[in-house]
Amino acid sequence: MFLVALIKSLFITLVVVGFFLPILTWVERKQSALMQDRIGANRASLAGVSILGLLHPVADVLKLMSKENAVPGGANRLLHLMAPLIAAIPVIAAFAVIPYGGNYRFGAGELSLVAADIDWGVLYVFAIASLASFGAVLAGWASNNNWSLLGGIRAAAQMISYEVTMGLTLVPLFMVFGTLRLTQMGEAQDTVVPAFAFLRIFGLDGLPTLLQAISIPAWGLFLNPPAFILFLTCIMAENKRPPFDLPESESELVAGYSTEYSGMRFGLFYLSEFIQVVVVAGLVTAIFLGGWTIPWLSQAEIIGAIEPWFGESVATGACLLFHVTSFFAKVAFVIWLQMLIRWSLPRFRYDQLMDLCWKVILPASLLNIFATAFVMLALGDVR
Amino acid sequence: MTAEIIFFYAFAVLALASALAMVTFLRNVVAGVMSLVVTMVSLSGIFVLLGAEFVGVIQIMVYAGAIMVLLLFVVMLLNLESDDFGPPRSLRGVSKLVGVLAAIAVAASLGVALSGGLPAPAAVPDGFGGTRAMGRALFSEFVMPVETAGLLLLAAIVGAVILAKKRID
Repeated sequence: MFLVALIKSLFITLVVVGFFLPILTWVERKQSALMQDRIGANRASLAGVSILGLLHPVADVLKLMSKENAVPGGANRLLHLMAPLIAAIPVIAAFAVIPYGGNYRFGAGELSLVAADIDWGVLYVFAIASLASFGAVLAGWASNNNWSLLGGIRAAAQMISYEVTMGLTLVPLFMVFGTLRLTQMGEAQDTVVPAFAFLRIFGLDGLPTLLQAISIPAWGLFLNPPAFILFLTCIMAENKRPPFDLPESESELVAGYSTEYSGMRFGLFYLSEFIQVVVVAGLVTAIFLGGWTIPWLSQAEIIGAIEPWFGESVATGACLLFHVTSFFAKVAFVIWLQMLIRWSLPRFRYDQLMDLCWKVILPASLLNIFATAFVMLALGDVR
Repeated sequence: MTAEIIFFYAFAVLALASALAMVTFLRNVVAGVMSLVVTMVSLSGIFVLLGAEFVGVIQIMVYAGAIMVLLLFVVMLLNLESDDFGPPRSLRGVSKLVGVLAAIAVAASLGVALSGGLPAPAAVPDGFGGTRAMGRALFSEFVMPVETAGLLLLAAIVGAVILAKKRID
């Protein structure tokens, strides 16, 4: 039991830190190059071979590890050392509750592909994210530098504001799925709903059979599209990446809270930012994009289709592989979406950022809660 | 069971140690705030061990996360020194005496209350402390206190805004 949990945790940590993280630094460089009509990173090479610049992550790590960790004079040494750790560790821990596969039955045993299947999974992610915000704030204060301090203060204000709203943007999904457990949310999305059933609110009952036959996956994205947009905006702002990178906006604050960091300590901030991109992608996938499920093909259908040829355990194993592949494919898609947004939009101004949170997203998410409740009441049980 | 007890003692020691550190770190306000965060997180661990999982996670989200970040924000924004906190210098001796007396009083009352031994733990109902049970309780049995508290907080927020606005105008 303990061993299985350990293997699951190791697997997800290795995939995220060992695979997604280096690839992401490369993707960010290459995608920005593509969007700005440049060639992008291609110089790091080993014996003259540079494989599309894929060696750049290695060069990055070597550079960061061999640089001096300078601590500015008058800075609080302990807090200056702790801040990058506080920023990086909780972010990795957040992946513990995100399921990357369903629940599979092999003979007598059962395998559930999530490190910790807890009842309050989504709340756990929020709690962990709120702890991670201390990293930026402390880094700003402990550096004994006015730019850092301003960046830290901005980070504090931004993260408090968006945390509150982020919870509210997800409430409609809690109502629709009736649970906070991410595995149950995934299972609830492993089915289809008639695409035009919502027309019943307007009293349109006698739909043509052709329209009635059209069904869509019961993904959070299709059940409540406004929540998807609001949540994605909030969680990207929480991640402090452009266009929401006010705490480290280089045109005003040099590098904000990370101005006085060098070497691997700066590397940790860099790392936590990229891991957070993966966590955001995992969370969005689990709640809005059906998690590990494959659209229009439920787990029972997949196993049922393969079973006659290869037997039950092979069918279950194949289904497991399909599901894990599907999950990481969706995660890769959401990461790409975030990169696209990051390189497309210019940075917000600080007052625009706060206005967006308190005057647009907060009222819109409250409205969405009421609208969702109304629709759920009017439709009865759609699911 | 033993793992639970080990975790309980670990969290309890951590909570007490960081609470003490918070009081003695008064020289450095930010370090004090951070030790308070550690106290909050350890308390939430104890809540989870007791089966009050929802309260535990809310403890981290609201207290360790939001409120402490807000506190740090205020400390950093106003650039507060340790002298801005606590009683004025002339009253330090008196406040220390009062603190010691209060600590003795709390310890004595705890000793009296616990001297008769602990009562047997009550049976824990199914799903106790989970999100569902908490939600049901808050929005059915305790809906009046919840709404009243909400109204009170709203009044406090509006009042704070009015007071702050008066000073700006």
